[in-house]
Amino acid sequence: MTVLIKNGRVIDPANNLDATKDVRIVKGKIEAIDPPGKINIDEKGKTSVIDAKGCVVCPGFIDMHVHFREPGFEYKETIESGCKSAAAGGFTSVAVMPNTKPVNDTRSVTELMLSQARAKGIVRVYAIAAITQGLAGECLSEMGDLKDAGAIAFSDDGRPVMNNELMRRAFEYSKMFKVPLIQHSEMLDLTEGGSMNEGAVSTELGLKGMPVEAEDIMVYRDIALLEKTGGRLHVAHISSGNSVDLVRQAKAQGLPVTCEVAPHHFILTDEAVRGYDTNTKMSPPLRTAKDVERIKEGLKDGTIDIIATDHAPHDLTDKQCEYQNACFGIVGLETALPLTLKLVDENIFSLSDAIKKLTSAPADIFNLDSGELSIGKQADVVIFDPDYEYEVDVSKFHSKSKNSPFNGWKVKGKVLHTLVGGKVVYSAVEH
Amino acid sequence: MTSVVFDAKDISRAITRISHEILERNKGANNLALIGIRTRGVTLAQRIRVKINEVENTEIDFGILDITLYRDDIASGKHPPPVEKTSIPFPLEGKQVVLVDDVLFTGRTIRAAIDALIDFGRPSTVQLGVLIDRGHRELPIRPDYVGKNIPTSKNNRVRVRMSEDDGIDEVHIIDPSTAKDS
Amino acid sequence: MFKPRSILGTNGLKKDEIVTILDTADTFKEISTRPIKKVPTLRGRTIINLFFEPSTRTRTSFEIAGKRLSADVINISGSTSSTVKGENLIDTAQNLEAMNPDILVIRHSQSGAAEMISRNIQCPVINAGDGFHEHPTQALLDLQTIRETKGSLEGLKVAIVGDIAHSRVVRSNIYAMKAMGMEVRLVGPPTMIPVEIQKLGVSVDYYLEKAIQDVDVIMMLRIQTERQNRYLLSSLREYSNLFCLTSKILEKAKDDVLIIHPGPVNRGVEIALDVMESERSLILNQVTNGVAVRMALMYLLLGGSDDSVN
Repeated sequence: MTVLIKNGRVIDPANNLDATKDVRIVKGKIEAIDPPGKINIDEKGKTSVIDAKGCVVCPGFIDMHVHFREPGFEYKETIESGCKSAAAGGFTSVAVMPNTKPVNDTRSVTELMLSQARAKGIVRVYAIAAITQGLAGECLSEMGDLKDAGAIAFSDDGRPVMNNELMRRAFEYSKMFKVPLIQHSEMLDLTEGGSMNEGAVSTELGLKGMPVEAEDIMVYRDIALLEKTGGRLHVAHISSGNSVDLVRQAKAQGLPVTCEVAPHHFILTDEAVRGYDTNTKMSPPLRTAKDVERIKEGLKDGTIDIIATDHAPHDLTDKQCEYQNACFGIVGLETALPLTLKLVDENIFSLSDAIKKLTSAPADIFNLDSGELSIGKQADVVIFDPDYEYEVDVSKFHSKSKNSPFNGWKVKGKVLHTLVGGKVVYSAVEH
Repeated sequence: MTSVVFDAKDISRAITRISHEILERNKGANNLALIGIRTRGVTLAQRIRVKINEVENTEIDFGILDITLYRDDIASGKHPPPVEKTSIPFPLEGKQVVLVDDVLFTGRTIRAAIDALIDFGRPSTVQLGVLIDRGHRELPIRPDYVGKNIPTSKNNRVRVRMSEDDGIDEVHIIDPSTAKDS
Repeated sequence: MFKPRSILGTNGLKKDEIVTILDTADTFKEISTRPIKKVPTLRGRTIINLFFEPSTRTRTSFEIAGKRLSADVINISGSTSSTVKGENLIDTAQNLEAMNPDILVIRHSQSGAAEMISRNIQCPVINAGDGFHEHPTQALLDLQTIRETKGSLEGLKVAIVGDIAHSRVVRSNIYAMKAMGMEVRLVGPPTMIPVEIQKLGVSVDYYLEKAIQDVDVIMMLRIQTERQNRYLLSSLREYSNLFCLTSKILEKAKDDVLIIHPGPVNRGVEIALDVMESERSLILNQVTNGVAVRMALMYLLLGGSDDSVN
């Protein structure tokens, strides 16, 4: 099976490529990338041709932070629906968090998730297993066994590892397995009962706030531990300007720290909470305009390594209630591209850099065989039209859940085709 | 087109006559109480009270009634009319109350006023005095004292102006169907 | 003419709108002094009090207000335990709306509940208090109480004392008072002053005696010892030592200073007994005005007429 993608602007940050090229895929692998027209298409075998004129052709996006809710919360999302959502968003690889039920803290759960993903055959799914058993923060999980079963990193996300001694030992232990620990940085005692950022808006709305210090203190603690323990830290969904500064400093000192940001943290501020729409409730919460500014600086100067959506599907029953009672989180896979392109329009970074943060950068940090269009590598490709304008319509989302604050937003940038291993797993219906 | 049907002199004579009629009917000012309705009924009642004082040399009980809350046409979806104060600072038992209003038309305002009055107590009699009776009754209400009967058609508007409220004493009729003057 | 769709808060109310409400309330006050304390204005209308937080006095005030306007008033209590995920809040409101109430009065322990319900039903809503967010009828009756004694509100200085962070009465009063051109000073221990509250145009002070010296009105708030205040207070004894309004402290205040409190009062903790009973305390006037203000709001929400009559 041969696929030819013609006339597209091929952007491949891993190979420093940004030019109009034709791409030929044979048997699921990238066979050739050549100037347009050079590749011969008359041959005995069938060639599927995709005309990518006016579009960008780049490696399929990689999302290092999604919640697919299976096993245990299938009413919100399943691995299958999550993968479909990913494909529609241009993602060819995702890493799923372990806060399922049961928690992914034993190899049998890891194997279940991975085999389910393989069976559905939509996008590549990687497993992030738990740092502590049951996410209880008391006892280390069987990291060795889990890595052997396929886990590519460890995290207790949804929750932080609060106990300092345990976190220290987790870093030390993880050294053996050479994978990063992903921390949901939140000092729970400072945020208890809170449902939005602590600031002028929370004061007006009468909602208990979650101060930035809760995030900053834990980021600082983890960095402070890291130097002695070894191991690698990846800060999940960074939202605080102070935390960005801490990561910048740590990198300058040569410490193995990386971090990610979710699109909602560079698009929205806590002002969005006015009106009490529960689709503005997530953890960490939307912060102030000043924080958003500093996040953009961090993206610009490379302090923030990757963009990861923290796709957190929730059913209506979990969201259509009082703000304090609503679950934290929003879906993000199907809005990530247009929101990221907004920053390109604002000159925060170039299109190539934006794509890097969604492809080669996550692949490097987590050692994935993905995120590039090199010859011979598996053909995970996304073709998108960066100029196509449309309105976000959550009812058309492929995710089971529609909890997004961006419904009705006029945006630019639409995924047209997503290919995994040369096979088209998503094609846009309207364009 | 607007025409003046009652001027300042007419009004003054009418008030004098009504005041005398009230005293005659009620055989003096004992047990008498005047209660003015809404804005201009109150002004009129004040003038009658002053006149009665001149004649009988006595202060009679005086009250102000706002009937907005008793109207039968309170409906939602439109503007709530502004409510003014009601003040009936004396007991009604045993009193001969004269309700005073500027214009008697359908009679619904008076019905509302009687309802309101009953909530305050039980007067021995209630009489009605109006400056203008313009006909077109929709309820069985009749005035005891009338300044002037003025036949009108239903779409006319009758405006009473009193110098205390409007700077001038006059009553005019506005006929919206006639052509406007250039 | 001011005809609001709902009364969810004082935030956004303009000065002339507040004046209309207070003037209307003034006229309604008189009805409660008649032997027959009823007018037929809202005869046959249905008003539902949906109270998810227990409150005898506010609910009774709304009930009396509706009944004095001849409306049929129904009281419903709900539970807001956040661990009990039973009938969802919107479901409850929509179920009630299907029975055609004319007004829904709602009190809830969580901020934003009134707004949320209002978005999901058609009939007018009066917010009787949502979490720490707003309690508009309280602020309006506070203003009425001050106005009827002082004559006018413009330029008056008010000190509000107590657990500012957890008070919806404070927020509603700040918006209403600022709209009327009054100056607001918040007083309490630093732990109970919410972050960046100065952005609302108010000043903050931690010392009671100093803070009340030049004010025209002192509003004392209820101090609560619930779980949420675990780390904010050392003990009621200490709080009282520092923030209780005693006659000794009052000596430093203006001679004609007024004292109000949204109630119920923690006697001896927030206000000393002799101060509560002094003639400068208008706490009982507040209760009387509460009925009048609520009647006025119900009238403004529902009372309307075709002005072509008469």
